Amino acid sequence: MGRGPGGGLMTDMVFRRGRLLLWGGCLAAALALPLVFKGGFVISLLCQMGIMVVFALSYNMLLGQTGLLSFGHAVYYGLGAFVSMHVLNLLGKDGGPLAVALLPLAGGLAGLLAGVVLGYVTTKKAGTTFAMISLGIGELVAACALMFPGFFGGEGGVSGNRVVGKDNLLGFTWGPQIEMYWLIVAWAFLATVAMFALTQTPLGRMANAVRDNPERAEFVGYDTQRVRYLMLILSGFFAGIAGGLTALNYEIVTSETLNAHTSGVVLLMTFVGGIGLFYGPVIGAILISVMQIVIGGMTHAWLLYFGLFFLFMVLMAPGGIASVLAMQRTLWQARLLGRMLPHYLATAIPLLVLLAGLVGLVELAYALLAGEGATAGDAASRVLGMDLYLRSPVPWAAALAVSAAGAAGLYWIGGRMKKAWHQTLSTLQGDKA
Amino acid sequence: MEFVVMSMLNGITYGLLLFMLSSGLTLIFSMMGILNFAHASFYMLGAYFAYQISTWTGFWPGLLVAPLLVGAVGALVERYGLRRAHKFGHVAELLFTFGLAFLIEEVVHLVWGKVAVDYRIPLELDGTLFSLFETDFPIYKGFMMLVSVGMLLALYALLTRTRIGLIIQAALTKPEMVEALGHNVPRIFMLVFGGGTALAGLAGVIGGNAFVTEPGMAAAVGSIVFVVVVVGGLGSLAGAFVASLLIGCIQSFSIALSISITDVFALVGIALPEGSQVARLTITQLAPILPYLLMVAILVFRPRGLMGSRES
Repeated sequence: MGRGPGGGLMTDMVFRRGRLLLWGGCLAAALALPLVFKGGFVISLLCQMGIMVVFALSYNMLLGQTGLLSFGHAVYYGLGAFVSMHVLNLLGKDGGPLAVALLPLAGGLAGLLAGVVLGYVTTKKAGTTFAMISLGIGELVAACALMFPGFFGGEGGVSGNRVVGKDNLLGFTWGPQIEMYWLIVAWAFLATVAMFALTQTPLGRMANAVRDNPERAEFVGYDTQRVRYLMLILSGFFAGIAGGLTALNYEIVTSETLNAHTSGVVLLMTFVGGIGLFYGPVIGAILISVMQIVIGGMTHAWLLYFGLFFLFMVLMAPGGIASVLAMQRTLWQARLLGRMLPHYLATAIPLLVLLAGLVGLVELAYALLAGEGATAGDAASRVLGMDLYLRSPVPWAAALAVSAAGAAGLYWIGGRMKKAWHQTLSTLQGDKA
Repeated sequence: MEFVVMSMLNGITYGLLLFMLSSGLTLIFSMMGILNFAHASFYMLGAYFAYQISTWTGFWPGLLVAPLLVGAVGALVERYGLRRAHKFGHVAELLFTFGLAFLIEEVVHLVWGKVAVDYRIPLELDGTLFSLFETDFPIYKGFMMLVSVGMLLALYALLTRTRIGLIIQAALTKPEMVEALGHNVPRIFMLVFGGGTALAGLAGVIGGNAFVTEPGMAAAVGSIVFVVVVVGGLGSLAGAFVASLLIGCIQSFSIALSISITDVFALVGIALPEGSQVARLTITQLAPILPYLLMVAILVFRPRGLMGSRES
């Protein structure tokens, strides 16, 4: 750390005034949200978001910062959750609220330890091989979870109670959900600051170098394998903290927390948010958590939409939402955003039409094939709040027509936007040159 | 003896099926550098297509049509999806196939439901081929072997004896040179991807009714196929072949062995302490994790795989 200018640079970068304001603003917003939205539903959604922010950020330490695409990150998260739960149950009556508040640390240490053991095998390679090995290790641990019901609790999982002892810590017993939320905010904030600080350390910088050009990093004299290993261990630590928070929040941990599905969800979240910028995964975690609960509550086809949305992002905006936002910011600073705004608005119209048509088609198909329509036969079914006869071609034709109109409009207006976009970009680059 | 022979036969049948998947995966990987995460999803699609066709016309047309359909879907995916993702680098490609796997599973949920479908072995192939030591060997397993070996030979002949095969081999290592000679390399890529997915589809057609056709089948086979590819060595067809048979045999032997770890250690004269949970596990219970343990062992002792030629 004390590497000449590196040390000075670090304090300078981390504690700049503008940045302090941004961090403070985010913390204040996180603390103010439950005062604005008082419902229990919103509080549990916020808790889920906070946990996922930590988890996604820890994942991005691998994917975004070190260039390691992992398909088994849930292992560290899940092991952290299980160990925290067991520690909580061991504490039993002897523990107090302070011990409970520090419990995610136990999860973090478990994640760290898992990283030390498993990372030794996985980080021998980078790239595609790492991706496959991480998948295999993930499956290995998930299969073990079903083989050792003593520790993993079998199908039912392990449960516990986060209220231990009769004392309180500054008035907190962690019983009510809102108190749990304060705890999650505190941990999420600490973990986020720590992870950001890490990006500014020599290790964080070397991780970027290993991601971009491992050969040159080796020539400079760094052991790339060791850098990957260290990053994986640290990432495991933060994933374990997220796991510990989950254990406390839900008071139950099942083997689902460490299976491939959880690993997949964190990957999707992180990528959709944007892996190139530090705050990308935060956006992804918040957005996907909200969509999961809000859209997931409205339709059975949520996972299908999620998959389509993900593919759309991979093909259209591989830098994620964060990179799109960062681009707009650059345009704004160059006073070019005004040129693009009308085009954005114009493109939004056919895009929404196309979206409406596609949603109509998917919902009709779900109602016919997977829902009641399959058995209801010729009776009317409720789709998107309308009573429709699924066997008649009319609703299908209508949905198809709407989609086609949207697609045609998008082709036309989108083409014009593309043109304007390229013009703006060349102006921007001309300005810079 | 009976146990060894029957387990061996079962293992080889399963191993050949695995090779049908891993060969396509290996070809696609060594040619385009893409690890097709959705490969097992095409296997699943093959099984579902064959099921759908078998409800209309019976098993045999499906054997031919379903792999072709799957190959066509694969070629379209390459043309309109992967080729676009390719511009953004390998991670984007891998993520694209990952998202595709996710999407295909959802579409299967949507069209065929969340429970297993009744995809059956055709009546002509339902029966006993021969009996060995009082255990029956079903005709269908023989048929599976026949199809896999036939496919294998055809693939070998195609790659080494035909003009298109030679161009494919050349494009594996020197795509720019092949392109400079006037061949349409992107189209070759599309054909290879379509061909690889068609092989996976064929595996699905004959594997779907031997095992079970359900939405979870892709995830169940997918990770095993990755283990095969890592163990065999990335990009090596021969390695994939050996590893497929090895893992097929490991699976079939371990499923049939009901001795516990304590017994294994007792054989070599070590007594494990009584009562520990690990010691009481039987080999059968360990069966699901054995391929992964093998993979870890290979990575520790021979990181480039059994026959891999390059460190990646």
